[in-house]
Amino acid sequence: MAEMATRIEMIEARRPPDLRRGVMGWLRANLFDGPLNSVITLIVLAVLGWGLWPLVQWALIDADWLGSTREACSGEGACWVFISARFETIVYGFYPEAARWRVDAVFLMLGLLIAWLAIPRLPAKRWVGLFALVGFPVVAYVLLLGGHFGLMAVPTREWGGLMLTLTVAVVGIVGSLPLGVVLALGRRSRMPLVRGVCVVFIEFWRGVPLITVLFMASVMLPLFVPTEVEFDKLLRALIGIMFFWSAYMAEVVRGGLQAIPKGQEEAAKALGMGYWRRMGLIVLPQALKLVIPGIVNTFIALFKDTSLVLIIGLFDLLAIIRAGLTDSNWLGFATEGYVFAALMFWIFCFSMSRYSQYIERRLHTGHRN
Amino acid sequence: MLRSSSSERGPLWRDPAVRALVIQALLLLGLAALIVMLVTNTLANLEARGITTGLGFLQERAGFSIPQTLIAYSGDSTYGRTFVVGLLNTLLVSGLGIVAATVIGFAVGIARLSSNWLLARLAAAYVEIFRNIPLLVQILFWYFAVLQALPSPRQSLSLFEALFLNVRGLVMPAPVAQPGFDATLWALALAVAAVVGLSLYARRLQARTGRALPVYRLGALLLIGLPLAVFLVTGRPLAWDVPALAGFNFQGGVTIIPELMALWLALSIYTASFIAEIVRSGIQSVPRGQVEAARAISLPGNITLRKIVIPQAMRVIVPQLTSQYLNLIKNSSLATAIGYPDLVAVFAGTTLNQTGQAIEIIAMTMAVYLLISLVVSALMNLYNARTLMKER
Amino acid sequence: MATTNTASAPADDAMISVEGLNKWYGDFHVLRDIDLSVAKGERIVICGPSGSGKSTLIRCLNHLEEHQQGRIVVDGVTMTQDVKRIEQIRRNVGMVFQHFNLFPHLSVLDNCCISQTWVQKKPRAEAEKTAMEFLERVRIADQAHKYPGQLSGGQQQRVAIARALCMRPEVMLFDEPTSALDPEMIKEVLDVMVELAQDGMTMLCVTHEMGFAKTVADRVIFMDQGQIIEQAPPETFFNHPESDRTKLFLSQILGH
Repeated sequence: MAEMATRIEMIEARRPPDLRRGVMGWLRANLFDGPLNSVITLIVLAVLGWGLWPLVQWALIDADWLGSTREACSGEGACWVFISARFETIVYGFYPEAARWRVDAVFLMLGLLIAWLAIPRLPAKRWVGLFALVGFPVVAYVLLLGGHFGLMAVPTREWGGLMLTLTVAVVGIVGSLPLGVVLALGRRSRMPLVRGVCVVFIEFWRGVPLITVLFMASVMLPLFVPTEVEFDKLLRALIGIMFFWSAYMAEVVRGGLQAIPKGQEEAAKALGMGYWRRMGLIVLPQALKLVIPGIVNTFIALFKDTSLVLIIGLFDLLAIIRAGLTDSNWLGFATEGYVFAALMFWIFCFSMSRYSQYIERRLHTGHRN
Repeated sequence: MLRSSSSERGPLWRDPAVRALVIQALLLLGLAALIVMLVTNTLANLEARGITTGLGFLQERAGFSIPQTLIAYSGDSTYGRTFVVGLLNTLLVSGLGIVAATVIGFAVGIARLSSNWLLARLAAAYVEIFRNIPLLVQILFWYFAVLQALPSPRQSLSLFEALFLNVRGLVMPAPVAQPGFDATLWALALAVAAVVGLSLYARRLQARTGRALPVYRLGALLLIGLPLAVFLVTGRPLAWDVPALAGFNFQGGVTIIPELMALWLALSIYTASFIAEIVRSGIQSVPRGQVEAARAISLPGNITLRKIVIPQAMRVIVPQLTSQYLNLIKNSSLATAIGYPDLVAVFAGTTLNQTGQAIEIIAMTMAVYLLISLVVSALMNLYNARTLMKER
Repeated sequence: MATTNTASAPADDAMISVEGLNKWYGDFHVLRDIDLSVAKGERIVICGPSGSGKSTLIRCLNHLEEHQQGRIVVDGVTMTQDVKRIEQIRRNVGMVFQHFNLFPHLSVLDNCCISQTWVQKKPRAEAEKTAMEFLERVRIADQAHKYPGQLSGGQQQRVAIARALCMRPEVMLFDEPTSALDPEMIKEVLDVMVELAQDGMTMLCVTHEMGFAKTVADRVIFMDQGQIIEQAPPETFFNHPESDRTKLFLSQILGH
């Protein structure tokens, strides 16, 4: 039988042996751990050196940045002059120069609202959110379109560039979220007709490509309204986008509704609340909070798909850049143009996706505690 | 019913059943009114514009040509045939895209879980870059910035003087079967049957004696070796139609048009970034304890992967993968931006412009996509029902 | 692998011998200078407060955790980084987990057959016979064709025991086998474990079931802060603990 000893002196904690520490230890553990890993590391390094370095050289080191004509470009690297020379158009489209302060004002408001809603520490989220959904669109509408309060009217055909992209994105988001919530509630309704209508509506939009929806909006919508009604092209696209994304939003919200334990609704019933109180005060706030990452991911998808309005002839960010490529003074800068467009969209989408991941982590820790 | 057992009833308008009925009746009424309004307006509009309705136009002569057709088609073909050609082109690029996106996606997803820090980071960068750039931008980039910047046919980039890449597309030698090539095809069919038989036999053998055959290695040997042997024995009865420069363009071989290449590249690369995430999260969804338990009963690593990890990961992966495939099919409609002749481009685009029959054409186009979605979802539900984890 | 100078010569009949075992998670020193020798047929209960390293210790014995210093010998096989050796040791060592870790996509029977099929390369019929034999022993043979998700926690844990036994191991490791169970299911699992002990199986069991320790253990080991504080036969351990830490621990889990 083994020894039966009792330890009187406790053993103090010691530092681990120096096997996997320091820069060399890290390299060995993570990059050269065995022959296979070493080979992979070398291949990846080779690929990076072969592919990434010329890209950096082209895009940054050899690139030309300033000037106003193509003569400013040496032709060695990227010609960012193509972008900088038409930067104003890329941002404002054909919006009259004298009225661009109105666009700036709306941009500023939008930025402040998003910041307020995105930073968890700031108070009064509910009221700010309500303003973002109801007040802000009205203010932005008045400012951008003009024609009231002594503001010069700017018809939507003069809108374009980043400003149009953001308009489409914001209207899509603000419109599809409430509609999606209603559809999600409808899909869980106990009334067969309500449920049926919602299911058909949701599954229809989810089953077809957005591009056919935009085609439908641009060629069929005018047929649906009385002949004398003039239907704005942008408005038609916006309606299509709203319907389309509300179906996706509905499915995200439904996921959240399903995740709320039945006990919550039963407790609300026990307190004597009616349907709308139960949903509005108890179930929806919890469900929506749960699916914020899903909602943000849908926003990202929506934002990326705003570029499709190009196909029905609206001049969003991508379309403006594309139009610049056909300018006979600036032929041959397709790479610069599309790389810049990609970068612009990427910055917006990547920040949203990072935010969604951050919220997800917060939610998870929130559940654990 | 609860109501019948309670003796007292409230006022009619507070009865939930009555309320539900009223709400649904109002909804029905509203819907009916909306439909009537839309139909009346549409009819009035159509009449005002002098557009006839109906599917008669499908029999009319289309009068335009299409750069890539999988079936015989010319300007004399009907709009009905245009529809079929477009649909086949949509299916072609979708099929190619699904295969490539799956391969890239699984590779990148597994690479993200690699213990090699650099490889894992590279895979993560791939995902973050490509899923955050709109697909349309990627399509336009590949088409206008890369493929349209290629040299003319005379200055083609060539590989072994057989593959030629130029602004008109990728030209490849086309295999031409000679008499006697049938034998090789039969050998291939035989090999496939033999592999099926082998795997059945191997399973039975293992059940009876416990001996496991190296099915994968034997199968690969059969699948490659048998047709190759027959091919060589019959005197290599396969000729190649090698493309050759004639005038300003290539003659012979097969050409992949740049529109198809751009669309294929963009669809695969974009969708792969989503598939990679699905694969990663699917594999990570298998609890650590499963692998530990497999190790504790001393299962070797490859068996643990094949019998424990992959079957559980696939339950998570397959449904999401299917929805990505559906997205890819729907996204292939962006073809119209670069003029790849898919269903939307030739039918909802050109045909619509020529005939003006918006309602019929949009409805038919949407119906195709809806049908694909419904069929795939139905198959998916079948799969889910079959692999449903049994719970208490 | 480095050995420390504290190694005492292991007994000749030792099934498991551990000498100078040290393990770190990052900078955290989780196992400190562990020396342990387990004789064939010996039944050992390891207890201690949570975070004391007791689970980590037994997980090192079948290389589910890697140690940085020290020597582990199981049934004459010295643990190294060599995969073949690790698999050889694992074939001799069965393990039961706190959360059962049954394979949810395989039936109870298949859970018990999979390693016989792929490791021992037994014919199916033979594998099933062995599986049914052990399922019989843990009194769950009638559920053989169900899936783990259809069973209660206690039933699942019994299947997990049968699954480990199907490899006919020399040693069984139990990592808090009853901690995740509802109170009414603990007994059915403990009964199976007692029977196993009575059949002469070498057992190392991390558990807080002091009743089990009193009935079957040859030796009780108390661990705290990654070290073995005290080890003694249950009689001595419960009635005359020597260390203050042991006394405190016992008063916490036995006192009401």
